[in-house]
Amino acid sequence: MTSNATPEGVRARVRELLAAHDPAALEPLDFLRARFDAGLAWVHFPEGLGGLGAPRALQAVVDAELAAAGAPDNDPRRIGIGLGMAAPTILRYGTEEQKHRFLRPLWTGEEVWCQLFSEPGAGSDLAGLRTRAVREDGGGDGGGDWIVDGQKVWTSSAHNARWAILIARTDPDVPKHQGITYFVCDMTDPGVEVRPLRQITGEAEFNEVFLTGVRIPDAHRLGAVGEGWRVAQTTLMNERVAIGGSALPREGGMIAPVAAAWRERPGLRTPELHDRLLTLWVEAEVARLGAERVRQQLAVGAPGPEGSGLKLAFARLNQQISGLEVELLGEEGLRYGDWTMVRPQTVDFYGRDAGYRYLRAKGNSIEGGTSEVLRNIVAERVLGLPAEPRIDKDVAWKDLPR
Amino acid sequence: MSASTQPGTGPDSGMQPGGTQPGGGTGPGQERGSGSGAQPDLLYTDIEEDLRSTVRDVLADRCPPASLSARVEAAAEGAADGGPADGRSAEPSARASARPYDPALWRVLGADLGLAGLLVPEKLGGQGASAREAAVVLEELGAGVAPTPFLGSAVLATSALLACDTADAGVAALLGSLASGAATGALAVPLAAAPGSAFPGAVRADAAGRLTGTVTSVADALAADVLVVPAVGPDGPGLYEVAAGDAAVTPFVSLDLTRPLADVAFDGAAARPLPSADAAAALDAALLAGAGLLASEQLGLAQWCLDETVRYLGERHQFGRVVGGFQAIKHRLADLWLEVVSLRAAARSAADALATGTDAAIAVRVAQAYASGVAVHAAEEAVQLHGGIGMTWEHPLHLYLKRAKADQIAVGTAGRHRAALAPLLDLPAA
Ligand SMILES: Cc1cc2nc3c(=O)[nH]c(=O)nc-3n(C[C@H](O)[C@H](O)[C@H](O)COP(=O)(O)OP(=O)(O)OC[C@H]3O[C@@H](n4cnc5c(N)ncnc54)[C@H](O)[C@@H]3O)c2cc1C
Repeated sequence: MTSNATPEGVRARVRELLAAHDPAALEPLDFLRARFDAGLAWVHFPEGLGGLGAPRALQAVVDAELAAAGAPDNDPRRIGIGLGMAAPTILRYGTEEQKHRFLRPLWTGEEVWCQLFSEPGAGSDLAGLRTRAVREDGGGDGGGDWIVDGQKVWTSSAHNARWAILIARTDPDVPKHQGITYFVCDMTDPGVEVRPLRQITGEAEFNEVFLTGVRIPDAHRLGAVGEGWRVAQTTLMNERVAIGGSALPREGGMIAPVAAAWRERPGLRTPELHDRLLTLWVEAEVARLGAERVRQQLAVGAPGPEGSGLKLAFARLNQQISGLEVELLGEEGLRYGDWTMVRPQTVDFYGRDAGYRYLRAKGNSIEGGTSEVLRNIVAERVLGLPAEPRIDKDVAWKDLPR
Repeated sequence: MSASTQPGTGPDSGMQPGGTQPGGGTGPGQERGSGSGAQPDLLYTDIEEDLRSTVRDVLADRCPPASLSARVEAAAEGAADGGPADGRSAEPSARASARPYDPALWRVLGADLGLAGLLVPEKLGGQGASAREAAVVLEELGAGVAPTPFLGSAVLATSALLACDTADAGVAALLGSLASGAATGALAVPLAAAPGSAFPGAVRADAAGRLTGTVTSVADALAADVLVVPAVGPDGPGLYEVAAGDAAVTPFVSLDLTRPLADVAFDGAAARPLPSADAAAALDAALLAGAGLLASEQLGLAQWCLDETVRYLGERHQFGRVVGGFQAIKHRLADLWLEVVSLRAAARSAADALATGTDAAIAVRVAQAYASGVAVHAAEEAVQLHGGIGMTWEHPLHLYLKRAKADQIAVGTAGRHRAALAPLLDLPAA
């Protein structure tokens, strides 16, 4: 082990970075590039790719040191899909060339990513997707670019994105999981059309994406042809299970605004709401401790299955807490900030009012896998109960009923 | 927000624990409670895991569900015959008949393995361990609904004594004999007593130190040689040591068959005062420790109910399928699993807070406000999902349901713990 693998080692790296690049004097982007090059973006990534090959737990040390030094951040909420889903998948399945091309601007936020997975007919049953990618006749190795046609939906950030991770069907004659291939799609291709899809909150955070004759070079394929489902598992696992390196403080989540309203506005209080508030406060604290326990397990290199449950817990709690908040506010809860359609850069739970929080939290049990699907996963993978019956398992995709 | 709190904070920000922070203006909530700066250690150490497997082995050996059922059966018949527990006397033979307690099992766990003295410092004859280890023991005892007086003696009575003046020879001697397992103790308060309640006035001490009065629903009194009794004397609240033989210990038919309760009456009983700077604070410390550690017992119980139900439904066939493969069942078990893993984090946090002395007031109440609901839910789901067999006396599940339901009332209900949190969190009532 090198000294990079110790807290003192990474602290020394941070000091070196700060000595050579004064965050107060530099443009934020220049500092972020320097941070990436110093291996302090994702310490557990390999050297040369934003990391040091160090234990993941040391990221928290780096983050704390840099925050204390007033260093700029890369706005993780704006680039969440890139950080959370694209990056781990590229790291695992990308070629050296792809890794070097994509990871740095992804991390610095110069290039936003989106995820072209869901389709109108394929959400929970994602492997049923029908977007087609057909290989053009080409040069010596028997193939040229891929031509993609189809429609994706519910695509967050597509209107800001430079790149997309995309799964498409490349072989309809085999069962559905086997005929899928994973690509990096250029969102500036003329065949890509992004249309806003307005949602329950009034804003258009996500989109419908129409793909018409989109041309993707074979060099932008991730993983082997027909192996796209397996590659997508890496993406989905990261989407659902992962948890950040930093610890959340007590009362640090959705419970904060409702607790603050309770303290600041005694006129709203009733005995019945009091007990419900305390019940949810306790549940929020327990969920926080659950997440903290997962974080501690990861830090000692012994991840438990508990991570699979976190999304379920937070989705339910966010909905209950934000629901209580609207109720607590009484008449004020009857007002809504603004229904004008906007296309936000980020999801901002706390910059908006309680009604917005209530409505947006409804998505927490749908996005990234519904709570029902997550319960199936927990029951099967954690508790070892039998899998759902699969009538479509050995049937060629083209022969499935639809 | 740190720059690298990836992954998983994409469009889902706000649902992930690390995802989104409130904007400005929520400052007052950020560091509420004394211990929120440093995170508690929520994992198990290797030593704790070793301790767990030792206790588990002993229980598997000496207290399998079948023998437990037989023991409980005999105890239930005995109680139906009526009469106080064999006309209490201090003789060991009388204790041996205080069913369903298993004196042989308690001798192995308490004395031979030293669990009776886990919380007692080495210089006072104990193991010098902490609430973290005691919590692991309680997880296993809960998983086996084991009929031992660990909670009453090694936790409640011992914690009260540890909060007294341990430099006093009498206090030290009593602690030493409880720690070695030579004697078993009980804290003479109703099992329902919550930390933070007023000092009980049911027992009075006269100027000569003799006690008179009755305490109802005392846990583990039936197995005790010595009672630690809160009583109000001429100089105010005090704790007293009374030989169990000098009190009338009357069992009643208890909902919880494996932790039967008894009423304890004193009629001018000879008592020795246990010096302490603040008897009310000592009693409160004991109840806080009891409440915090009970969460671990509830955790062990809930985990057993979940595991056993998953096992059973993984084998049981109906409609030509394994019942555990039906989605309605899978989803209920997944939800229960999530509750149990959440309780594990909460119970560990309470145990760690009691061990470090940091943040215990909040951490214990959070754990206890959450734990009883999970334990009862786990036991009720287990009964329901076992179908008819779950309703039988033959299957040990009923012992778990009875313990879970009784634990819901023990050392303060969830509602009382929530109410006690309110001022600590600056969330005042209406
Ligand atoms: C806010 C938000 C952001 C999103 N961002 C993106 C994005 O950026 N990119 C992207 O590709 N997708 C995105 N999605 C799409 C998301 O992944 C899907 O909506 C989700 O997977 C569910 O698919 P569906 O909407 O087609 O619902 P369906 O699959 O049609 O489900 C309908 C209902 O049936 C239930 N159901 C389905 N199958 C089962 C089963 N086997 N057992 C029990 N119940 C079942 C579901 O739980 C649900 O309640 C986003 C969605 C939301 C709400």
